[in-house]
Amino acid sequence: MRAAAEFIARSAGIASRLLGRGGGTSLPGTVLLKLRPNAVADLAASLGGGSLTVSATNGKTTTSRLIVAGLDAAGVANVANTAGANLMGGVASTLLAARLPANNTAVGVLEVDEAALPAVVTQAQPRVITLINLFRDQLDRFGELETLLATWASMISTLDESVTLVLNADDPAVASLAAHHENVVWFGIEDRSMELEEMAHAADSTRCRICTTELVYDAVMLGHLGHWACPTNDTARPPVSVAVTGVTPRGTEALDLHLTLPTGEIHTRLQLPGLHNAYNAAAAAATLTALGVDAKAIENGLGAAQAAFGRAERLTIDGKELVLFLAKNPTGANTNVRTVLQHDGPLHVLAMLNDRTADGQDVSWIWDVDYEPLLERVAHITVAGDRAHDLALRFHYAGLDANRLTIAQDPARALDSALQQVPAGNSLFALPTYTAMLDLRAVLTQRGHTDPYWETAS
Amino acid sequence: MSNPGGDQPTVRLCHLYPREMNIYADRGNIAVFARRLSLRGFGLQITEAGLGDAVDPHAHDLWYMGGGQDRDQAIVAADMVLTKADALRAAQTNGAAQLYVCGGIQLAGHRYAAVDGQMLPGVGVLDLETTAGATRLIGDLVIRAELDGETQTVVGYENHAGRTYLGTGTRPLGTVVSGHGNNNTDGGEGAVTDRVIGTYLHGPLLPKNPWLADTLLRWALEHRYPEPPPLAPLDNTLEETAHARAIARAGVSR
Repeated sequence: MRAAAEFIARSAGIASRLLGRGGGTSLPGTVLLKLRPNAVADLAASLGGGSLTVSATNGKTTTSRLIVAGLDAAGVANVANTAGANLMGGVASTLLAARLPANNTAVGVLEVDEAALPAVVTQAQPRVITLINLFRDQLDRFGELETLLATWASMISTLDESVTLVLNADDPAVASLAAHHENVVWFGIEDRSMELEEMAHAADSTRCRICTTELVYDAVMLGHLGHWACPTNDTARPPVSVAVTGVTPRGTEALDLHLTLPTGEIHTRLQLPGLHNAYNAAAAAATLTALGVDAKAIENGLGAAQAAFGRAERLTIDGKELVLFLAKNPTGANTNVRTVLQHDGPLHVLAMLNDRTADGQDVSWIWDVDYEPLLERVAHITVAGDRAHDLALRFHYAGLDANRLTIAQDPARALDSALQQVPAGNSLFALPTYTAMLDLRAVLTQRGHTDPYWETAS
Repeated sequence: MSNPGGDQPTVRLCHLYPREMNIYADRGNIAVFARRLSLRGFGLQITEAGLGDAVDPHAHDLWYMGGGQDRDQAIVAADMVLTKADALRAAQTNGAAQLYVCGGIQLAGHRYAAVDGQMLPGVGVLDLETTAGATRLIGDLVIRAELDGETQTVVGYENHAGRTYLGTGTRPLGTVVSGHGNNNTDGGEGAVTDRVIGTYLHGPLLPKNPWLADTLLRWALEHRYPEPPPLAPLDNTLEETAHARAIARAGVSR
């Protein structure tokens, strides 16, 4: 029965691709799950090297990609859902497509949606569970951050002791999960050179989870992440074994990183900008260390990794550079704004807002983003997407003059109009939500600027 | 004298619990007040009142409170009845404008029986009470609202577990055209008593509903000035386009 179900599911994926309906990245898995609801348990059990899961509000895809790069550098066979299909169906599709032979040694690298994580963990039984952060995100879909945290806590309290939890010490919400499990590896940022002067408006989780006192921060890194302590009890950021001990931004393109691991020191240039990627690198290094990968391979892997699609991805169009920064929640968007501000000179921006299921139907989050420092330096902003007018209102009420704003709902027209404003040799920064990025990628693919995502994503 | 103590007419806003009650982009509503006043040459003076802060009922023309996570809302409810309830009721009697959004409307009523069975006290400026339901009411929300004898469409998004039931001392802000509203059964949305408005509409509420923003600003100016300066009309093209798109998205014909 199992073989028959997997055959039918694979055929559905091939048919979808032949019909030009996208990469079929989660369709075969979805079909398989209809036939066999516990298919992921069977498929994951056939991974000779076991599996790991990566979850977070922001950074799942990039961190998974960095882990894959480290495993590749160490010569460890792996199977990963790096196309971003991170629900149960996507995980099933990835494992199904891998067609693992008997006696394989492959490690499954599973990026998993925050809400889907407990169900995936129950089936996949991972060796390592990596949790990077929890930010306010898509309240209409995930509910409050507190609700999600509670479901993670109950998942963790049922884990076998042999499972390693890799947790971000700088996130007080994530750190609180250690109360439910002994075997924890901590990572965090020690270097305070990129700390923020004040906490962003969108920061959540700034109260002690035990006594509700306002936490005190020695350093704020991004969102509510930083060096925290409760002034009224003993809770504080735990000491970390995987530490970012040096971080230096290299424009909007890269980060120079120094990591201290239990197995050695790492110096590398990560081809990804922004302090959030220092967290992703540390999470990947900690996960790889937990899997027994040595420091040299981790260093080589981090240095070789390329941007995941839409995450600081760069393209050249008619002598102008287009840089894509996906954001779907306030903290992600704030981080992107911070990174774009590393660019010298006047800024050209294409902001795209959709309100489909994968974006979150409630678009109010754009008002929690600190766009103001960007607007001070912006030469021109083009707004696009299903909810272009909501973005236009956001910028209008922030005081942007009408002559620096263009509204163009259609992504192709928006791209043309935005590029037209950019002087030759200069950059256009695109800030799309998830489905807006897919729309923009479709335009770029149609014009021959980029490959379809299911081909580049492996 | 219509302009005491300043060069320009100024509305004095008290923002209640901005740190705890800000989950649905509430600062967008404050930005709308500020910008729509400054475009008319008027000022906005903002006072933030947080946990433990006493408030002067006569020092503000406009009061605002947004929504929060359950955990924060419980902390705020206990503090609010102790430190602010008397002042808010006095301000209401005095004719100050007040706007309570999402979690705000729940605490503006008499009480809120929250999800975990906990009973949160309210300040009672609106005659209503709220009980948490088993499911959340989530989605686009369009209502026909009436204020000062004028009826207008108001649009936004709702996301609340609470079912709110009005007493005889208040009336709904509007009737639901599309969406759930107060309790998903009686067709009412929000509540109005005097110049106090409560609503579940966010998005945030005011950017796409300039009529509602200006009504509150007019009330605030009337509260402060015996001869209130008029609000000059503004170009609302962007606001009206976004408003129309929100209605189209909710699948409603106007």
